[in-house]
Amino acid sequence: MIGLQHYLTLAAMLFVLSIAGIIVNRRNLILLLMCIELMLLAVNFNFIAFSRSLGDETGQVFVFFILTVAAAEAAIGLAILVVLFRNRRSINVQELNTMKG
Amino acid sequence: MLFQTILFYFFATVLIGAALGVVFARNPVHAVMFLVLAFFNSAILWLLAEAEFLAIVLVLVYVGAVMVLFLFVVMMLDINVEAVQRSLTRYAPAGIGVALIMAIEMIQLIWLRSRADVLPGGFAETPAGYSNTKALGAVLYTEHVYAFEIAAVILLLAIVAAITLTMRKRPGLKVQDIAKQVSVRSKDRIRIVKMKAETKP
Repeated sequence: MIGLQHYLTLAAMLFVLSIAGIIVNRRNLILLLMCIELMLLAVNFNFIAFSRSLGDETGQVFVFFILTVAAAEAAIGLAILVVLFRNRRSINVQELNTMKG
Repeated sequence: MLFQTILFYFFATVLIGAALGVVFARNPVHAVMFLVLAFFNSAILWLLAEAEFLAIVLVLVYVGAVMVLFLFVVMMLDINVEAVQRSLTRYAPAGIGVALIMAIEMIQLIWLRSRADVLPGGFAETPAGYSNTKALGAVLYTEHVYAFEIAAVILLLAIVAAITLTMRKRPGLKVQDIAKQVSVRSKDRIRIVKMKAETKP
């Protein structure tokens, strides 16, 4: 019987994998963006599982808005990435040290 | 019920495999393809959780638009694959360690709580004739209509931001400036000079 805890476990594994991806892919900005997308997907899994479990549609409305914001974020992030590559010829995170942060 | 359980475990396994592929793929194009696979499997799992509308939206919006955008950018940029490979081996132990610790903590928490009968065993049956899309629309356009309009403004903002960020003026390019052409006056172009008629000496 598949229940809430199965979906929560799956979402936790997905989230943890994307955190590992952010730590591992320190060189490539586009892979970092993809890991963030995967992380948002894990969060959406939690929302949908709880919405189904509690019988309340508000969680699914939340997923709808998260998808909207994630699409906007991906578009702006990729635009910044293209401009960055045009100016620096590289998307390596460790070479982006102009601001000495 | 058993068939649904088998389906859940099968698609969940493929989803985790695809996520591993995203994280550890050598080639960024392969990583995007694995991400597409992950989104497809998530859509199927959401269908199993009876969130039909969001499953279709995930396939249409995410796989159809956002992933194609990612693929487009990955193919447009010329990324050095060897540099990516070198960093994989350097940070892999730290990443895997953090991931394992977090996974053990979160999964232990979920299953300990569920064993104490705080969480129900399985999902309750939905009533007959229940339409997920209809229910979602009834909530979305009444209670959350303000948030819905804000979401529309956010999408407009994303369009404007993406265009202004990537647009550039290249010097030496011969293009028409329509505003300048329309706003030109005849007195700027033609100068009428009054002078005496020339006579033969």
